[in-house]
Amino acid sequence: MTGVDKSTGIELRGVSRWYGNVVAVNDITMTIGPGVTGLLGPNGAGKTTIMHMIAGFLAPSRGAVTVAGRSSWRNPDMFRRVALVPERDSVYAFLTGREFVVATAKLHGLPDPDSAAKRAIELLEMTEWEDRRISTYSKGMRQRIKVAAALVHDPEYVLLDEPFNGMDPRQRLHMMDLLQAQGEQGRVIVFSSHILEEVERLSGIIQVIVGGRLAASGDFRAIRRLMTNRPHVFLLSSSDNRALGSALIGRPAVSAVELTQHGLQVRASDYGTFTREIAGISRDHGIRLTQIRPADESLESVFTYLLAS
Amino acid sequence: MSGVLNPVIMRLTLRATLGRKRALLFLAPAVLLIGISGLLKATAHSSVWPPEILGVVGFLILALTALIVGGSVIGAEVEDGSILHLLATPVSRRSVVLSKYLVAVVLTIAIAAVPEYLAGAIATGPSSKLAVGLLVGALFGAVVYNALFVMLTAVFSPTRALAFGLLYILVWEGLLASLIPGVGLLSVEHYSLAIANSIAHTSALDAHITLGTGIGMGVAVSIVTLVVAVIRMSAFSIKGDVA
Repeated sequence: MTGVDKSTGIELRGVSRWYGNVVAVNDITMTIGPGVTGLLGPNGAGKTTIMHMIAGFLAPSRGAVTVAGRSSWRNPDMFRRVALVPERDSVYAFLTGREFVVATAKLHGLPDPDSAAKRAIELLEMTEWEDRRISTYSKGMRQRIKVAAALVHDPEYVLLDEPFNGMDPRQRLHMMDLLQAQGEQGRVIVFSSHILEEVERLSGIIQVIVGGRLAASGDFRAIRRLMTNRPHVFLLSSSDNRALGSALIGRPAVSAVELTQHGLQVRASDYGTFTREIAGISRDHGIRLTQIRPADESLESVFTYLLAS
Repeated sequence: MSGVLNPVIMRLTLRATLGRKRALLFLAPAVLLIGISGLLKATAHSSVWPPEILGVVGFLILALTALIVGGSVIGAEVEDGSILHLLATPVSRRSVVLSKYLVAVVLTIAIAAVPEYLAGAIATGPSSKLAVGLLVGALFGAVVYNALFVMLTAVFSPTRALAFGLLYILVWEGLLASLIPGVGLLSVEHYSLAIANSIAHTSALDAHITLGTGIGMGVAVSIVTLVVAVIRMSAFSIKGDVA
């Protein structure tokens, strides 16, 4: 396996894709080089559409998608160097795991399909179950045999759409280590996920997709910091919500306070300072704090913030 | 042909088609046809029924079998998404289409054309002109029908392809082709009948088109529809996620 030159990675230039009046992907430009890159975003954000365009299974309505410098659309020959692991759990269930991987090796025209399949199955730790029909596999095992089939021809580019779906924690860690190792060998590994922790653990570089647009791009740590430092909304309950609200108004870490029927809603402009100070403020005013919980911790709200910023 | 036909795809297609739960149903019409032929042979007093019954019912069964088989070799895999595992390889789309098409033709011959011959053989003898004519007509029909129905599944969604195929068989061929002159020129059933009649020489199989026209049109329809199927599969698209 040879490394991938950065200039011949995956490139999307001004790419949009729409279905009738619905815009699925909106004017995205990104370059993906060697290593592991995560496409992060909520469900329906456009990640799968981007994956399909990179894999040549969808033509961009506008813009250009290239892999190794060549357009991916109508270019099945690129699969000599590219592998796709689709999200959909659809494999030839009547085959055994080994038959499936050997068949894929043959379709790639490999000189020794049996050896290549054996190697790929071992890599995914599926040897024990290789002679069982895929119809008897768990969802996690199906995912792993799909990845084994995808890696059988030693591709330089690997596209994985939600690869951790259905895997138990141990399988998930193994898959993460495997992809990490593949990326360190110089391959271009792109995976999509809507789970922040998966991306955090695996990927140094992320592309955050929200509503079909590129909301953030680059080093994960910097984007994670941006996510942590965004304004947070908390819902507080105490022995005297009105008094607590008065005590919080005017604090530098607090930008807004609202008394609601569910409790005291506080918008903190500085997450760290607010969470450090709130207990002391309550104590100083003789107020017993009974509950503090984040009101906007969903990924959607994080992504929406990133998009707005 | 090794560059055009892919044995791995052919084996996968064969196992996928025969492995489905409905595979046994493929045999039901053939058994029915042979049963009808045997029953009439034993009970009918007239000898005019073989070309009339086997010409109409036999070729209808052929068309419906080709619709199910030809429609499923690509359509079923598009529907469940497993086609992606074939298309995410460097195998040419032409090879994918033609390999699957050939499997559909062979299966249709096995479960519709051969039973058509057997029904004819029961009725009029194994080497009778009628039995041989029906067999040759059905072989040609299997080739053309499958090209048409493979094309439909490559162009339309599997459900729409099935609906258009049924409309073609029941309305276009079953109704319009016998009522409106000229419509038969685009009827695969008429091509099959023309070939069968050129051997059997019976008025019940006369489709009012010549043998040359039937063969020429059948070959042309097969080539055009397969080219369209290959072009469509070359631009095979899957819809992504839309919020």
